[in-house]
Amino acid sequence: MRRIAREIGPPLAGVVGLLVVWAIVAAFASPRTVPSPASVWSALRRGISDGTIPEAAVKTLIRLVFSFAVSIVIGTALGFGLALNEFARRSVRPLVVALQITPFIAWLPLAVVWFGLSERAVVFVAIVGAFPSVTLATISSFGQVPPLLKRAGRTLGAEGWHLYRGVIFPAALPGYVGGLQQAWGFAWKALMAGELITAGLNATGLGQLLARSQDDVPALVATVAVIVVIGVLVEYLVFVRLERRIRARRGLLLSG
Amino acid sequence: MADRAEGAVATMDERGAPPPKLALRDLVKTRRSTAGETVTAVDHVTLDVFQGEFVCLLGPSGCGKTTILNILAGLDAPTSGQALLDGRPIAGPGPDRAVLFQEPALFPWLSVVGNVEFALKHVGVPQDERRDRAMGWLENVHLTNFANAQPHELSAGMRQRTALARALACDPDVLLGDEPFGALDAQARELLQNEVQRVWVESEGRKTFVFVTHNVREAALLADRVLVMTAAPGKLLEEQRIYAPRPRQLDDALVSRVVSEIHEILMLEVSKGGGS
Repeated sequence: MRRIAREIGPPLAGVVGLLVVWAIVAAFASPRTVPSPASVWSALRRGISDGTIPEAAVKTLIRLVFSFAVSIVIGTALGFGLALNEFARRSVRPLVVALQITPFIAWLPLAVVWFGLSERAVVFVAIVGAFPSVTLATISSFGQVPPLLKRAGRTLGAEGWHLYRGVIFPAALPGYVGGLQQAWGFAWKALMAGELITAGLNATGLGQLLARSQDDVPALVATVAVIVVIGVLVEYLVFVRLERRIRARRGLLLSG
Repeated sequence: MADRAEGAVATMDERGAPPPKLALRDLVKTRRSTAGETVTAVDHVTLDVFQGEFVCLLGPSGCGKTTILNILAGLDAPTSGQALLDGRPIAGPGPDRAVLFQEPALFPWLSVVGNVEFALKHVGVPQDERRDRAMGWLENVHLTNFANAQPHELSAGMRQRTALARALACDPDVLLGDEPFGALDAQARELLQNEVQRVWVESEGRKTFVFVTHNVREAALLADRVLVMTAAPGKLLEEQRIYAPRPRQLDDALVSRVVSEIHEILMLEVSKGGGS
């Protein structure tokens, strides 16, 4: 119990502090610009009970999972290929870096030309936003495998594919997972931006819901809150936990 | 088996004897320095190591002894000359020649017993036998209680003992050691030296050990034959046979005498190097 309290105490205090500040600001501001926490809470409950928020969240999460999965496949395959061949790496890696630093939303107009103002355009932007991180992390995580471990593996009889399976993949795992963590963040941001801009469609999603809630400020803030909570949950429950487990097992955590 | 060393000499002298377990023929290894110059690491070294021998290569740092070991392991290729295993050129590394590196080189994602099982897996031991056999090897180095620990939870000495268990689990014909105890404290080093000596004695002439060291006492304690090397470029300077009975202790009179003899050779070499 005490460990759990120590773990979630500080972030909980941060959230409570934010709510307090928000309540104070809301008390002095117009409810049209800054709605009170209570009105947002009731908008949230309304949105959940009438099904609009769950429906939008599920749609968005399906798009997220799909675009993230495609990014992992493309990013890993490309990264692995580039890790194996130096010439290919030196010619293609700069292009992937260029893609990674380009704001993903810049691709949306082009995506609309190719795919129409559709869900496919949004998913395309999310994939283009996410897969470069996977590719670059794959390349660098292979590059950082300690040569000593490869040598040890080879003297123990692990050659070729066995060396990859037994030594190189596990040794590269922490860096690769770090890349996935970054990539999911990009996919999530790209998805939200894409959904927001393609709100004219009858497709639903949290981004579209956001765009349609502009007249109802409490509902708008409630939707933002849902987006924030989903992001935090995925980040902590999936990636931070995964990374901690991997690092703790290898004795790489700086503090317990 | 007090006079194993003499036995090895006898085999060498017999006509039509099998080829040496390991051999270097006029071995040269050069490498390019970061400044772009060609540096000779090993300079025309020829040597034979016979099955069942325990040979130590002794020399100052940078004398190319690690390079020789890497070539014997198959991790590095000669620039010219030959490196032979059972009379055939060494083509690559393999579990018949286990290596103890300077660092334990354990796989941090595997437990202690998992590291030993890794070796068993790659020499084809079926999965359901691996755990028992790995535990047997760990018992051999007194690490049974730490089988499920992760490497980072062990002391440096225990990690190197795990590496020893992992290397021996392949049941190699040859064990190569690249100053494996150099980074350990005195007690851990002595413990491991005794372990290595015991394993070698118990193999009763089946296993060949080649260790690289700059520690004269270690060489005198472990080896049948100490090959003293010069500083860069590495050449063989002198060969010292040690007939002291096994198991040896560091304070055995004969071991101490060999230590001081080798010491004299080395001091002479160092002072020559300083004068030139």
